[in-house]
Amino acid sequence: MTLSVHLTHRRDDFSLDVSFEAPPGVTVLFGQSGSGKTTVINAVAGLLRPDNGRISVGDWLLCDTSQGMCLPPHKRRLGYVFQEARLFPHMTVQQNLRYGQRFAPRNARPEDEARVTEMLGIGHLLSRRPSDLSGGEKQRVAIGRALLASPKMILADEPLASLDADRKEDILPYFERLRDETDIPILYVSHSAAEVARLATTVVALHEGRVTRIGSAAEVLSSPDHLPGGVRAAGAVLDATVRQHHDDGLTELNAGGEPLFLPRIPQPVGQNVRVRIAAHEVLLSRGRPEGISALNILEGEITALHSGGGPGMMVTLSTPAGLVPARITKRSAQAMGLNVGDRCTAVIKTVAIAPIDIGT
Amino acid sequence: MTDWLSPQEWQAVALSLRVSFWATLVALPFGILTAYALARWRFPGRQLLNGLVHLPLILPPVVTGYLLLLGFGTQGPIGGFLENFGIVFAFRWSGAALAAGVMGFPLMTRAIRISIEAVDQKLEEAAGTLGASRPMVFLTVTLPLILPGVLAGAVLCFAKAMGEFGATITFVSNIPGQTQTLPSAIYAFLQVPGGESSAIRLVIVSIIVAMGALIVSEWLAHKAAKRVGGS
Repeated sequence: MTLSVHLTHRRDDFSLDVSFEAPPGVTVLFGQSGSGKTTVINAVAGLLRPDNGRISVGDWLLCDTSQGMCLPPHKRRLGYVFQEARLFPHMTVQQNLRYGQRFAPRNARPEDEARVTEMLGIGHLLSRRPSDLSGGEKQRVAIGRALLASPKMILADEPLASLDADRKEDILPYFERLRDETDIPILYVSHSAAEVARLATTVVALHEGRVTRIGSAAEVLSSPDHLPGGVRAAGAVLDATVRQHHDDGLTELNAGGEPLFLPRIPQPVGQNVRVRIAAHEVLLSRGRPEGISALNILEGEITALHSGGGPGMMVTLSTPAGLVPARITKRSAQAMGLNVGDRCTAVIKTVAIAPIDIGT
Repeated sequence: MTDWLSPQEWQAVALSLRVSFWATLVALPFGILTAYALARWRFPGRQLLNGLVHLPLILPPVVTGYLLLLGFGTQGPIGGFLENFGIVFAFRWSGAALAAGVMGFPLMTRAIRISIEAVDQKLEEAAGTLGASRPMVFLTVTLPLILPGVLAGAVLCFAKAMGEFGATITFVSNIPGQTQTLPSAIYAFLQVPGGESSAIRLVIVSIIVAMGALIVSEWLAHKAAKRVGGS
């Protein structure tokens, strides 16, 4: 089922004009605040009526202003996970979870409540009140509540934004499981490159109400052009498999045949993982460096050089593990005489890769 | 209790309770609807409606009673019309209930409106995305959340109805057993020599009923607030 969105909307001095298709999997609307991503997701949910537009999921039309039709939110059957959990305070967790069920059409294939509570790890919370839950628990219940309403699609508007870093790492795996264990498409709004790298099947980059890029996470994040969040968001997204857990607390991955060492991760040997490596954590060297502490060394060919307005520049290296962008100073690039087509070596410290950068 | 109060005193207490109960019960749905409209809807004439609702609070009660008499008396346009259906307000206990309801309405509506304005509309939005239509959102989310305010409004209306005097006596007079409510009875006893002991007993009853209503409403509101939880 593909979500198809075409809409224009104008408010005060902000104008939105976007068109994109979201194939099955997780489509991340990636942009800074003010880029219009929440407006887009609210238009899809029916909480906002666009000036002009056509929105459909598969062959199901949600809104077509040219025909003057726009379904109200309760007829769209899209599960919405908001930034704040928005649980009903006068109901228990279980009553919250079951809230949407009574409104779902009878022919809807109901999600199995036991399976959902197990997947989200909220089975022990069922009799509690929302006021007795932590932020992370609330958000997991909110995900379950949306899922159990038998939605055709899940919408999530920065569901991790109100959580601290540790809790973010707790919730992200649940979205990964949602992506991998259900066939419900997800539209996910985020301004975080780490979330994009971990979750996105497709990235739709938004800037000032316009779509600037559509592509895979690796494609969009490896190029600094029109990247929301600028160069700090740029980085490699490498697909790898867990090769071995070493006794000294390191995990060795196989990334396109190259070894990659990280601090120990919980995934078992053989499991596929996605690793994000921020471009500013990558060091470049001519030739293979000797006698250095960094464990990860990837050789490759320079495919692109980008100079911005500042003192830095972006060098993109094609390595056996995938595209690896490195952010270095113009001064270094000049001193090293880097040119497109040159062979070069990327050096990455093991500890520069944080748990939030590793997804399944 | 019945031998502590004389039959006429007891009659006044029972009538007042009945009048106040029905006044509150019938006013409640209108109060919720009006409060919701004033809190949430933007429509032409909203300020006018707001003014009309508050009018009984600021008009002299005698004026309200006289206006009710003009409108709902047997000669009045509304009263004459309703008489065709066998509904008569003039000089009946139902008229006392109408007067009490009208006088209590602004207090009730105000309390409910404030609680509706305090409801986080994001919760209602969330309920909508989960498939609940507007009426279902109101029944399953808004109403449970405003319950403390609804209770507070109902108790205020009930207390006002128990004490309503001016509009009642103007509209339906002071007929023992028919329209003589507690305040009217106290007033009547004070007009005759030797009636003071009766008046004092009824004053004590008024205080007990008022305090009882207050305690019950506090208890209900506390329970409701606990159910809703601290968020």
